[in-house]
Amino acid sequence: MHDNEHASHDHEESFIRKYIFSLDHKTIGKQFLIYGLIMFFVGGGLALLFRWQLAYPDQPLPIIGASQQYLDEGEVVTGADKMWERIYESDKEEWLEINMPSGVITPEFYNMLFTMHATIMVFFVVVPILVGAFGNFLIPLMIGTRDMAFPILNMLSFWLAVLAAIVMAVGFFVPGGHAAAGWTGYAPLSADPQWTGVEWGQNLWAISLLIQGFSSLVGSINYITTIINMRAPGMTFFRMPLVIWSLFIVAILLLLAFPVLSSALALLIFDRLAGTTFFSATAEGGGDPLLWQHLFWFFGHPEVYILILPGMGIASELIPVFSRKPIFGYRSMVYAMIAIAFLGWIVWGHHMFQSGMRSEMGNFFMTTTMLIAVPSAIKTFNWLGTMFRGSIRFTTPMLHGIAFVSMFVIGGLSGIYMANTPVDIFIHDTYYIVAHIHYVVFGGSLFAIFGGIIFWFPKMYGRYMNDVLSKIHFWLTFIAFNCTFFPMHILGVGGHMRRISNPQQYEFLMEPTTIKFLMWQFEFQGFIGMNIFITMSAFTLGFAQLILVFNFFWSMYKGKVAEQNPWQVNTLEWEAPTPVPHGNFGQIPTVYRGPYEYSVPGEESDWIPQAQPEHAPATGGD
Amino acid sequence: MLQWLPENVSTFGQGVDDLFHAIYWLTLIVFILVMGTLIVFLIKYRHQEGKKADYIEGSTTLEIVWTAVTTVIVFVLAMFSYPQWNNIKSPTQFPDNPDVVVQVSGKQFNWDMTYPGPDNEFGTDDDLELENELHVPVNAVVHIRLTSIDVIHSFFVPQLRLKQDALPNRFINVWFEATKAGRYEIPCAELCGFGHSGMLGYLNVHTQADYDAWVQERWPQ
Ligand code: HEM
Ligand SMILES: [Cu+2]
Ligand SMILES: [Cu+2]
Repeated sequence: MHDNEHASHDHEESFIRKYIFSLDHKTIGKQFLIYGLIMFFVGGGLALLFRWQLAYPDQPLPIIGASQQYLDEGEVVTGADKMWERIYESDKEEWLEINMPSGVITPEFYNMLFTMHATIMVFFVVVPILVGAFGNFLIPLMIGTRDMAFPILNMLSFWLAVLAAIVMAVGFFVPGGHAAAGWTGYAPLSADPQWTGVEWGQNLWAISLLIQGFSSLVGSINYITTIINMRAPGMTFFRMPLVIWSLFIVAILLLLAFPVLSSALALLIFDRLAGTTFFSATAEGGGDPLLWQHLFWFFGHPEVYILILPGMGIASELIPVFSRKPIFGYRSMVYAMIAIAFLGWIVWGHHMFQSGMRSEMGNFFMTTTMLIAVPSAIKTFNWLGTMFRGSIRFTTPMLHGIAFVSMFVIGGLSGIYMANTPVDIFIHDTYYIVAHIHYVVFGGSLFAIFGGIIFWFPKMYGRYMNDVLSKIHFWLTFIAFNCTFFPMHILGVGGHMRRISNPQQYEFLMEPTTIKFLMWQFEFQGFIGMNIFITMSAFTLGFAQLILVFNFFWSMYKGKVAEQNPWQVNTLEWEAPTPVPHGNFGQIPTVYRGPYEYSVPGEESDWIPQAQPEHAPATGGD
Repeated sequence: MLQWLPENVSTFGQGVDDLFHAIYWLTLIVFILVMGTLIVFLIKYRHQEGKKADYIEGSTTLEIVWTAVTTVIVFVLAMFSYPQWNNIKSPTQFPDNPDVVVQVSGKQFNWDMTYPGPDNEFGTDDDLELENELHVPVNAVVHIRLTSIDVIHSFFVPQLRLKQDALPNRFINVWFEATKAGRYEIPCAELCGFGHSGMLGYLNVHTQADYDAWVQERWPQ
């Protein structure tokens, strides 16, 4: 089965063809992965900057901030003071001087930081990694074909994403600064420079997202076509691994949702540059700021499912493999994803409960939103069912799979509070939502991403990632993540608004509070201490990610060489030789069964690959 | 966790808090059950030499049970929530005959309060405009005409359990009845520009006597 007879089109290619403008889905997948990891650091760095401001409002940043003596008496003490002295003496207005004089983050810069943090994390990290990297790498391999349907479109999709990232990066350095109206870009704040002073930053933000939209569109057309037309013989829809199902559904969501965002962005650009008034509130203009919110969230809610469905798919691969058991309720897992994707189109109003939308609509959107808890619960119970009477191996990918399930449970449950309209009146636009989104997107999607990277690394690079480092990374991340984001629920319950740069301006957030827990009593000086604790945890969390990236690049060259199928998995990607050649398979495999045939009674081995004909011995790694 | 909620001082706030508590206990129980099951499974079904996993593909009965149970819970919760929401936000259900009507208008980065004065009409000479200070009597129905003159702001009084976005060129009706005299902050809860952090007004809830004195002082007869 593993004859290395090369596919006909596998010939020597130039370096540029092979690694840069590659048409090979695996290379493009890896390019998206590295792209996403780089952007992950940019986005994370921005978050650490504004976390500092939240813990120590208006105090100079560590290292690059000026010393107290310098601030008080102008006395140059540290190296940083020297730098500031030089900056203040030069005639030019320097970037640092505008955004963080003496290392103190200005309110304008603060708004820019959280806007770009979210924009980058959503559009340039999670989607490119989940959809771009895993989608590209896994789809052809797992359905048993040689490449994507449209390799040139595929390459285009990546290079458009690079262009979008460059345009987004330029925005930081234009006069007026980058977009500062939140990742949600609510009009009229975003629609008219007079309200923020941001000129080209917001335009570039919109243009970059338009380009990123094209990239996603091109990618999704490719995925849909490939999955419908190019499955290996015997690979029926209901024999597809769940991760492929999730990517298929996500591609459809992307195809339908992104054009809505693109139209909204186009209208926004017209408002800003051509003097139209689509989102303006003036009576003569005929526009409406709420139009933006409807368009944005009609895209935005499906978008958040785009962020989670592939994570669910990855978890649904990891859990059966390492429980050595079939996935519990395969079909209901598929139907649940379809239900989530469908319901995702009729819940957008839950982001607008307090927007002034008709109050009757609140009841409708509350009902549909709470209904999403049903398929989410089905999925959770099925993951538990998969582990039930299994033979669980605590490999690092499995740890991530388990973390995914538990964090997703917390994120899903916190969603119920906000779906509940009366409760949402209080917690809307507070840190409660910040906690929610991070439990689903970081706790959910990112843990799935980490698990997926470690799991498929041997197929991508022919080597294992270092397991000790992976485990340290996992535990540090898991603990620091919870310490960072769990307390945000409490801030939200206390009424702590999101997107404020200085919580100490509010008395109700600074009031001494006594909390009784069983027989203990705790005294708090408002939320000062909790914000400092969160910031410390966030720095730890950021540090832990350095371990991952070091491990990733180090293992690429120095990791232990992996066998062809190190985890003993049934799905087709492990039938391909390692490293996977151009064209993937010597001979296209034929599929005989579903993807999760583990521990079949009466069988010698506890796994039966999808491509193994009836009653032939299992092959592959040992 | 809910001990962190600021004190409630509005008539409808108790309803919100009750729902908050109900969902808190509901989700806490679900969380403990799910995590407990997970941990038991992880310990009990960990890999042991010579033991093979059971081949179980699923169970239609179970799928139907947990689909039905969650659906029922969700609808019951929704049933309890509609009346609370309508009571707070549906203008057709507001208590009639307000004791006080005020126009609150958000602007970068202040709250402008406009009182119609004794003639109860806006836009007349006896109107009173105050920056960031809202005065109302305790135990009285207050109607607010909420608007904005520039971008979107959000009128938030944590202790009233009340939040409503203020939109330019749109007048949104809001009501409340405060149950305790005091001075409460009115932060802006929707990003509105560089001064969003620190955009603050104050709600002064007076006893009836104090309020009458304040009215007397403002519109001497
Ligand atoms: C049981 C499932 C879920 C429910 C019931 C739910 C409910 C909600 C509600 C009602 C809001 C709006 C809150 C407000 O603005 O007042 C919200 C916000 C949000 N949710 Fe969820 N959610 C669920 C799952 C998810 C998932 C799976 C994701 C993403 C992977 C997600 C991502 C977000 C994001 C990013 C926001 C905030 C957007 C913003 O305002 O910046 N949610 N969720
Ligand atoms: Cu949503
Ligand atoms: Cu504001």
